[in-house]
Amino acid sequence: MAKKSYRQAINDAIRQEMLADPRVVVMGEDNAGGIEAPGEDDAWGGVLGVTKGLMPEFGRERVLDTPISESAFIGAAAGAAATGLRPVAELMFVDFMGVCFDQIFNQAGKFRYMFGGKAVTPLVVRTMYGAGFRAASQHSQCLYPIFTHVPGLKVVLPSSPYEAKGLMIQAIRDDDPVIFLEHKVMYDDEEDVPDESYTIPFGEANLTREGDDVTVVAFGRMVGLANAAADALEKDGISCTVVDPRTTSPLDTDTILECVEETGRLVIVDEASPRCNMATDISALVAQEAFGALKAPVRMVSPPHTPVPFAPELEDAYIPSQAKIETAIRGVMAH
Amino acid sequence: MMGRIEPIVMPKWGLAMTEGTVVGWEAGEGDRVDQGQDILEIETTKITNVFEAPAGGTLRRQVVHEGDTVPVGALLGVLADDEVSDEEIDSFVSGFVVEADDGEAAGEGAPEPRKAEAGGRTLRYLEMGAGEGTPVLLVHGFGADLNAWMFVQPTLAEGRRTVALDLPGHGGSQKDVGAGTPESMADTLSAFMDEVGLERAHVVAHSLGGAVALALASAKPDRVSGLTLIAPAGLGDEINHEFITGFIEAGRRKEMKPVLGLLVADPSLVSRDMIEDVLKAKRIDGAEEALRTVAAANFAGGRQAVLLRDALAGLSCPVEIAWGEADRILPASHAEGLPEAVRVRRMADVGHMPHMEAAGEVTRLILAGLE
Repeated sequence: MAKKSYRQAINDAIRQEMLADPRVVVMGEDNAGGIEAPGEDDAWGGVLGVTKGLMPEFGRERVLDTPISESAFIGAAAGAAATGLRPVAELMFVDFMGVCFDQIFNQAGKFRYMFGGKAVTPLVVRTMYGAGFRAASQHSQCLYPIFTHVPGLKVVLPSSPYEAKGLMIQAIRDDDPVIFLEHKVMYDDEEDVPDESYTIPFGEANLTREGDDVTVVAFGRMVGLANAAADALEKDGISCTVVDPRTTSPLDTDTILECVEETGRLVIVDEASPRCNMATDISALVAQEAFGALKAPVRMVSPPHTPVPFAPELEDAYIPSQAKIETAIRGVMAH
Repeated sequence: MMGRIEPIVMPKWGLAMTEGTVVGWEAGEGDRVDQGQDILEIETTKITNVFEAPAGGTLRRQVVHEGDTVPVGALLGVLADDEVSDEEIDSFVSGFVVEADDGEAAGEGAPEPRKAEAGGRTLRYLEMGAGEGTPVLLVHGFGADLNAWMFVQPTLAEGRRTVALDLPGHGGSQKDVGAGTPESMADTLSAFMDEVGLERAHVVAHSLGGAVALALASAKPDRVSGLTLIAPAGLGDEINHEFITGFIEAGRRKEMKPVLGLLVADPSLVSRDMIEDVLKAKRIDGAEEALRTVAAANFAGGRQAVLLRDALAGLSCPVEIAWGEADRILPASHAEGLPEAVRVRRMADVGHMPHMEAAGEVTRLILAGLE
């Protein structure tokens, strides 16, 4: 078992599924880019190189370059999925979903329901999200709560390289449309990732820390920050359970509720804008189902309700940090 | 006997361990301790276990205190005879240099698992140690992998070659298990021994691995110089069906936790990381199917299909058997009525994992069997 980056882990997953199943195809902007370029026949592999190496290995028949027209190629991918392929389409930045959302929520997300369960849509839409990349307000949003809101979509937020590989293979093998969100700041994170193929089931939360005092539910990149906060507070005698739901849809509500029942305190860390995000959703869940277990009001750690700022100092201040998570945990402990 | 001053250093339990935390000392400064006595409790991200005094003497200094985390190899404390002066202890402590892990390479230090081709399959194995002592081959049980020997292998490796492997279908080995019977896995085992140049070894084997080792010793007596069997399969027909089916079926953390609890006398030993490691192994493509094949070949219908009492009776090599009295997978009563020559050690308050629950005692048993 070797150390692999988040980027390599996702590439590994797609490559192994392409080897195993000829129906798996890849498409997106610059996925096979470099056509007619001098030198070796290779591609960019998407804007940050996640699919690099796939075009030379599998050819242009299975790794398709698309025009800068998300409405066209996400629609084509949904149609290809409905007619027998298993496309992995790259919607470069999730911020661009606005131009192709009809294809995702009116088409791909509805096929299974509108055709009486007879149609399957094994589509994966890969997309980058998240702040911290100095990419300004149109390339830094999270937006996963919007996909989570739509019935018929599965929404995945891998929090580490190991998670990314297993969840991507599960996404490709899944018969429903899956929105797979990759945090662009995590691409160079490394950890041990098995060489073999493996799957991580959807709708099953992972506990990355186990403690008695506070439950911290965190999503995607925030899981690592929550772990760091939990480790720092452990030294002060505050022990935390950190829950990584892995998927926001389906959501493992059982595990979240069980952990809250055990600890009686809840902090939710969500990088998405604070109105109608996963933190508010889980707060509502806990208020309804586990109110009696709460020893303190629920705290949410989310950015302010503004676009992601471009000024580096402001962007850093905007993103939930380990310090803000620690403050929130200490806050619920004060009750 | 010990030298004048004997350091107590942070052990390395398993491949992933780089540091450990002292949970607490069970011996105070100035206490006399015997070799093998529990002196402190150490916690890693994976497991909490007691650490035994490497030698007898007076615990002269606790260098690392409760709650502190230090790297593998760091000085935890000092044992010495009473006539050693405090000044000598001070200068020993201040002059202590953390040694690289014994073995393979400087820098990272820790030996890494490797792969070998045997009987048409790729098998993962971990080799440690060298020397004149009888080589030891370590064979884990159903659903486990070579990490099962993390508390035992490093000590055995002082003075001899030790090789722990992943059986077919397990850990990092290929998922094709063939027939999955002890005989077929014993064939793979002897091919593996050829491949890694182990002509003859003392085989230490647990549970299902015990049945494989018995089959190997029976079929190829020249390859096995002796056996230490820990709660081996094949000596009776009962087996905990709930454990076998639960282990195969459980895909979620919550389902797996009580199943793993059956393995040990004290289920609170089952940590979040142990559960996650087991689930990680089971998520690999083909792993669950391999377990099903092995279970069907060996434990169909909740009974053991392969009985090896006759094979055991026919062996000429020395055999020792260790069994936990609190074993809830294979009952310790299977250690009864065995041939005279077989030495049996039953351990109170120990479950199905003596090599983890009572690692020091099991290590001493193996070392005694090697002499």
